[in-house]
Amino acid sequence: MGNILTVENVCKTYGNFTALNNVSISVPKGSVFGLLGPNGAGKTSLIRIINQITLPDSGTILLDGEVLQPHHVHQIGYLPEERGLYKSMKVGEQALYLAQLKGLSEAEAKKKLKYWFEKFGISDWWNKKIQELSKGMAQKVQFIVTVLHSPKLLIFDEPFSGFDPINANLIKDEILKLRDEGASIIFSTHRMESVEELCDYIALINKSNKIIDGKLHEIKQQFKTNEFEVGLVSNSKVNLLNEISSQFTVNLNKEITIDNELRLVIGLKDNETSTDLIQFLNDKAQINHFTEIIPSANDIFLKAVANNG
Amino acid sequence: MGKLKLIIKREFFAKVKNKSFIIMTILSPLLMVGFFSLIVFLNVKNSEEVRTIAYVDDSQLLDSVFTNTASTKYVNLTALGIDEARKQAKKSYYGVLYIPKNDSLNAISKGISFYSEDAPSLSLLGDIENKLEKKIRDLKIEQLNFDVAKIKATETTVDIITENFSGEKSSKIGSILRMFAGGGFGYLIFMFIIIYGTSVMRSVIEEKTSRIIEVIISSVKPFQLMLGKILGNALAGILQFVVWMISAGLLLFIVTSLFGPEATSSGSAMGQMNPEMVQQMQQSSATDLQVALAEIKNLPILTMFFSFIFYFLGGYLIYSSIYAAIGAAVDSETDTQQFMMPVLIPLMIAIYVGFSVIENPHGPIALGFSLFPLTSPIVMLMRIPFGVPWWQIALSMALLLVTFVGIVWFAAKIYRVGILMYGKKPSYKELYKWLKY
Repeated sequence: MGNILTVENVCKTYGNFTALNNVSISVPKGSVFGLLGPNGAGKTSLIRIINQITLPDSGTILLDGEVLQPHHVHQIGYLPEERGLYKSMKVGEQALYLAQLKGLSEAEAKKKLKYWFEKFGISDWWNKKIQELSKGMAQKVQFIVTVLHSPKLLIFDEPFSGFDPINANLIKDEILKLRDEGASIIFSTHRMESVEELCDYIALINKSNKIIDGKLHEIKQQFKTNEFEVGLVSNSKVNLLNEISSQFTVNLNKEITIDNELRLVIGLKDNETSTDLIQFLNDKAQINHFTEIIPSANDIFLKAVANNG
Repeated sequence: MGKLKLIIKREFFAKVKNKSFIIMTILSPLLMVGFFSLIVFLNVKNSEEVRTIAYVDDSQLLDSVFTNTASTKYVNLTALGIDEARKQAKKSYYGVLYIPKNDSLNAISKGISFYSEDAPSLSLLGDIENKLEKKIRDLKIEQLNFDVAKIKATETTVDIITENFSGEKSSKIGSILRMFAGGGFGYLIFMFIIIYGTSVMRSVIEEKTSRIIEVIISSVKPFQLMLGKILGNALAGILQFVVWMISAGLLLFIVTSLFGPEATSSGSAMGQMNPEMVQQMQQSSATDLQVALAEIKNLPILTMFFSFIFYFLGGYLIYSSIYAAIGAAVDSETDTQQFMMPVLIPLMIAIYVGFSVIENPHGPIALGFSLFPLTSPIVMLMRIPFGVPWWQIALSMALLLVTFVGIVWFAAKIYRVGILMYGKKPSYKELYKWLKY
């Protein structure tokens, strides 16, 4: 498949402040790529460089195999975190203007706008001014303007802020649909649950450096701690707990009792396998529940940032 | 190039469709003409009013002074005596003039008094005083047994004809004309820079506060956006001036045809003068008009026209890019104050220097400020009608061009960084840092 975007060794400094230090990422075609990191980590700097709003001090960027050039802005759709529209301009005029700036002809832009406006059920907004719309309504227009020119690469910076849950879902579905139609998506957010739902790949940037990147599920594998959550039914819970503790490492902080079921988190050492654990437990009690604990994106985020501290 | 056109188009229509722009464009000429016609109308009304003045001439010497004019009628009440005349005048006349009887003309001239209900109009009083003075002087000449006609023949008027060394005639009217031409052009540029520079700045601030800026500059270069904004606003401004010119001309034409031509050519003032003076005035104004026309032909019109366009563009582009940079540096219009002063100061200086330039168009101050690029668009234009050596114009234009390139570069840098900065009011030190980003 290849990569839609390759960023190689990009550095950017503002005066004495280093915004990006030798950052490299690759965004595979047809994927949703999560760009994560705490505030001020350098995400927006990187996104602005990809959009050619600012130039990197060093490093190269390839879009679909070509060195990034001014005409590439037509192949990128960007929804910035700081976004808005001309307040006193009419919705239709404004959308046409922005679409034409992205290289569409007036006729093309009109046709596409008609399609999207009908899809979102907002055709009657054409002659309204933005200041007459609610924030959520304006965000819909903004989303349409971002994707209208069918870009190869879409960059969303906190796309769900300003949407209610219903409209956030609508936008999420549209993003996935765009991916299925062949677009690649870079997705920058703090909302980890949407990362779990949407992203195939992630990169984590902290303090101007990239600290992790790769497929989300592979990273999860790397970050798992070999811990298992088990649910056991037994008449003598205290005895059972003592027996398990003598053999395995039990995380006592996470112990709970639900009716007659004992829930434990058990950690395994490198030489122990889950089969050993199941066999051991099966002799002692009835197993109701057995899962490997896979870290959430949130856990990974917090842990990685803390380690990088 | 296509994108720049799009931006110019949007900026132009955003400005032109704005309600306040439409109101200003349509209303200003209407207001101006309305105001002008009101003055003319009042003047006409005023001169239509006929005042009747009674007089009691006990000296029996000055009767010939009181000939009726269009706006003043005289009634001789000498037979009634001053006391009775005052009573009558109070009822039915504007006022009554009393001339005492005396052997000495000097005593008569000191004893003349005027009685009226309200304080009399100054121009009327001056007019009567003038006539009486002339008559009394004539009488004095007669008493001295001189021939009045001969003495009158000695009266001369001197009008110095001025000519420059290359033989072109010039005149006071010419100087006044030059003052108006230069001053007018300079002032026009000054107004245009302030009005439309501020408008560029507002437009930049609007893009920042509405947060659309990042969306736009992900499609176009910041410099394109800045240039498009500046040019779009300039076009809107030129449209406004053209509309003003045309509509003012049109309305003036309508007013002239409604009130008749004499209404506009200060004919009202002539109503109060005697016919002889009016004639004299008309004669002199006819020759003055000819001189003025000749003077207009003498003005370096081509130079003025092309230099106006050059300095207009240069001045506007320099200042509006500074305004754009200021707009980019701040978050709201209230924060612009500290940056506005340094922009306004050279403009104000240029206008003040302009006054002294008109007095002394070739002095060192005039030369200096017409070369200094931040003031030259205004000051040089004020000087050009008086004739400026070509090397000075060339030097001034070259300096303006160099400064233009430098300032636009500098403004574009600040603009590029500033439009993405939110939340804090930058200091000059920070602006300096931005230049290096």
